[in-house]
Amino acid sequence: MSLLELKNISVSYGDITVLKEVSLELESGDWLMVIGPNGAGKSTLISAIGGAAPYTGDILIGDQERTSMRSRDIARRIGTLNQSHSVGYSFSVRELVSLGRYPYRKGLIGGKDEDNERMVEEAINDVGLGAMADRSLLTLSGGELQRAFIAQLFAQDPNVLMLDEPTNNLDLVFQKEIFDLLREWVSRKDRAILSVVHDLGLARTYGSKALLLDKGTVAAYGCMDEVFSDAVINSAYGLDIRRWMSSLYSRWTD
Amino acid sequence: MQPHKAEKNRIKNRLPQWEYLAFIAAVLLTFVLCVSVGTVRLPWSDVIHYFTDLLFGTDYEYAVSSAPQIMTVRVPRVICVALSGMSLALCGCAMQGLLKNPLAEGSTLGVSSGAALGAIIAIAFDIHVPFLSLAGPTVMAMLFAFGSIMLILFLAYRLDYSLSTNTIVLLGVIYSLFVSSIIMFITTFSSEKIRSITYWTMGSLQGSSYTEALILFTVLAVCASVILSKSEELNAFAIGEDNARSIGIDVRKTRLTILISVSALIGTCVSIGGSIGFVRLVVPHMTRMIVGPNHRRLLPATLFSGAVFLMLMDLIARVILKPRELPIGAVTSLIGAVLFVFIFAGTRRTHR
Repeated sequence: MSLLELKNISVSYGDITVLKEVSLELESGDWLMVIGPNGAGKSTLISAIGGAAPYTGDILIGDQERTSMRSRDIARRIGTLNQSHSVGYSFSVRELVSLGRYPYRKGLIGGKDEDNERMVEEAINDVGLGAMADRSLLTLSGGELQRAFIAQLFAQDPNVLMLDEPTNNLDLVFQKEIFDLLREWVSRKDRAILSVVHDLGLARTYGSKALLLDKGTVAAYGCMDEVFSDAVINSAYGLDIRRWMSSLYSRWTD
Repeated sequence: MQPHKAEKNRIKNRLPQWEYLAFIAAVLLTFVLCVSVGTVRLPWSDVIHYFTDLLFGTDYEYAVSSAPQIMTVRVPRVICVALSGMSLALCGCAMQGLLKNPLAEGSTLGVSSGAALGAIIAIAFDIHVPFLSLAGPTVMAMLFAFGSIMLILFLAYRLDYSLSTNTIVLLGVIYSLFVSSIIMFITTFSSEKIRSITYWTMGSLQGSSYTEALILFTVLAVCASVILSKSEELNAFAIGEDNARSIGIDVRKTRLTILISVSALIGTCVSIGGSIGFVRLVVPHMTRMIVGPNHRRLLPATLFSGAVFLMLMDLIARVILKPRELPIGAVTSLIGAVLFVFIFAGTRRTHR
């Protein structure tokens, strides 16, 4: 059974079509890398699945049609990490992470539930913020803030994580930490990741499948070797990507 | 690294659960203070005995012989002030969370301007409502408040199905400006009523009755329960709408529910007390500094602090130039503005 399936998803704003007939399928263990130049429709794809953009076509979550599901039930299956976080008030890390348990809480009060609390503490420890659980979000660095939001996703415990540029603006060490963390997460049962990643080196290393978008249409979709060929990638980006990327590292000394 | 430490301590030092007892005690103390002080100063013993007389039917020799008469005027007024303070502060708090904007408040929606228009039409054209013990302006303000929110939500739906924050705020602000100009027209053409119109716009709870207190209490009880039941959702909105959607909140439905509750409450308050500014903006800020931004504790705390704040402001309005009474709206804005600058400077320092 697939965890997430898209059939001919299109998104238009007025006369402008931003995404045209995208189909894809995620099964347990998949990490799908969505790549493509700016404006290809990568973030729009995530918005459509997450319910933030109007779409046509069918989205199946588990084996249910998305439109027939309650938002809480969708949240138990899919969690989204958005591209940017601007936090306004000084919530603590723990308060943020415990919001991840929202789709599981029952009734009006239902806040104190041992299961929920345990999941929250585990998630905070998993991302390495155990010592900062009571810190205000406003005092965290960019990397710590991103990890706090990832902890919220872990607490939410969905089957599919959708990540829009999870390591944008983070230094290389953080990038590696976060991608390793996600690889560990997806290795467990009934889990899959769909992520938008700009760094093609990272995408090639961590992904198991790839979707190359170009001007809103699918330029290539399939296993890594199929998508990551010079001919396919270069035509979408209009640049000899591999040559350029290797030239970036060729000047290094041992 | 200093602000980090300060911030950490601040969060750890949030008050424990007994804070509610402290808040209730503060409200009761302020209440007794407010009914005893005024143009005529009543001793506390008279105040307390007035209530024991009411409850147990005892007969007490008052130190000030006119105490019972004074109390029948003062008590409903102070109750109305307390309820208004609670309502206005709660609305501000909910709006600041919902719109993730510390400058948002109930009037951002345009409802209070709508209510004001209703009241001013009633004053200018001498509209009276038969069979009701309420004044014409009050009833008209309620009707107009309700009509305003319906109009704004209808337009918002037509323009932007997703009911985004920007659409609502923009519509609210434009609506307020539009209504203000109508108010100016009416005021220009009814020069003989200018005094009472101006007085009404400044806001006052003078002469409030038990009927008004009961109406306010009923609306507050309903709307506050709705808003308080959405604490967790407000937390998510305060962090970000995208985040709220991701964790499974029905963003549109929740926003609509909260907006309608806030509008009903603001509309009722404005129709009874006129436009009283700044409570909805300042009180939630002050409360957030004490109990933190988590709405599970912030919303109930705001109810109490709103009551205390407005009762004290009303007290100042009554006694500072006695026997002349100042409009409470002028006092809250005057003191509120100064307080706000201090609070803003304070939060800037800890957040940077």
